[in-house]
Amino acid sequence: MLQIERYIRAETPAQAYELCRKKSNVILGGMLWLKQQNRRVSTAVDLCGLGLDKIEETEDSIRIGAMVSLRDMETHPALNALCGSAIADSLCRIVGVQFRNLATVGGSVFGRFGFSDVLTVLMALDAQVVLYNGGTIPLTQFAAMKPERDVLLYILIPKTPVQAVYLSQRITATDFPVLNLAISRREGELRCVIGARPLRAVSFGDDKQLLGEHITEESARAYAEDIASRIILAGNRRAGEAYRRDLCRVLVRRGLLALEDK
Amino acid sequence: MEITLTLNGKKITASVDADTLLLHFLRAHGCPSVKCGCESTVCGLCTVLLNGKPVLSCAVLAARADGQSVTTLEGLQEEASDFIGFIADQGAEQCGFCNPGYVMNTIALLRENPDPTDEEICAYLAGNLCRCSGYEGQLRGIRAYLNAKKAGELHG
Repeated sequence: MLQIERYIRAETPAQAYELCRKKSNVILGGMLWLKQQNRRVSTAVDLCGLGLDKIEETEDSIRIGAMVSLRDMETHPALNALCGSAIADSLCRIVGVQFRNLATVGGSVFGRFGFSDVLTVLMALDAQVVLYNGGTIPLTQFAAMKPERDVLLYILIPKTPVQAVYLSQRITATDFPVLNLAISRREGELRCVIGARPLRAVSFGDDKQLLGEHITEESARAYAEDIASRIILAGNRRAGEAYRRDLCRVLVRRGLLALEDK
Repeated sequence: MEITLTLNGKKITASVDADTLLLHFLRAHGCPSVKCGCESTVCGLCTVLLNGKPVLSCAVLAARADGQSVTTLEGLQEEASDFIGFIADQGAEQCGFCNPGYVMNTIALLRENPDPTDEEICAYLAGNLCRCSGYEGQLRGIRAYLNAKKAGELHG
């Protein structure tokens, strides 16, 4: 059971950062995952008064505040126009609308959960995170870092045109993914991100140049075989490692062909 | 700590603990339609509208609702009465335990999308679990309501 001794609505990011440095304090996201935990929190720090609940367009990126809900991202026209609805596709199966109205992108990304749909799609879109203390860093780098006490303020997605596809396999429609995949192509550069391995999402390029300019059934199959042969996967209650490897082969091939159709 | 919120159109002020959940706050303030089902944020039974959006009140701190507007089924009787008869006609209620959450989320759906397809209805209500009916009854009920509305068969 979650117990909270004190609740504070932070007035500045600096105040939130100072408070979160104490180990027994916690920054509140949507509180959906936190609520499942059996822990005692000294101070719950709420960022809801910091204006981080907006999606804004800057000259070169779309800036998503850490407190933006997954539902707001799912239904945001500019965000989904940029990536051909890949973001909406990645979010629409997360539990239900009521859940997604609470879950925040900041909570989802900062947690770097292995099962995350959000992390996978944002990595494929070359997102960056803006941390109060840690500055602006690529999400792929952030995803590989150890947890540290900082405050995530924004997610930045470059506005340069991108084609993207999101696919996942689930045991039931609104369950966690058994494996998920986001593939993007921006200015000719391919990025293939696989999550729910069940380890954190991991990103691949096309270093071996297996795909060429136009993806074909054969090149998609060759690339999928290559990724499936070297990706680190594991087993858990949802699926074994071997099953995930088979799924990986199929999802990557299907994802590449869907990307080519775009 | 003291919070002030607007509950079903009325401003109320109350003292809460830092970890009081909105669900328990609402039940203690005359809203028994808000029920505790799964306690793991997946069943939709505790759905309320927070500033007009459907949320799971079992995952919201009452403190977080300070200064916000909360609406429960108690405050939406008239809006709900438009379609609950259609759901009952399809035998979709059975034990009825999930019904308040379903009704709240259906209201949110119809406010957001007054003419949804069956696929859109199913997608929007995917976060409401029902152990009795297999979901077909609710879908038929909402579809029957929408068809009656289009045909001008509803009476005010």
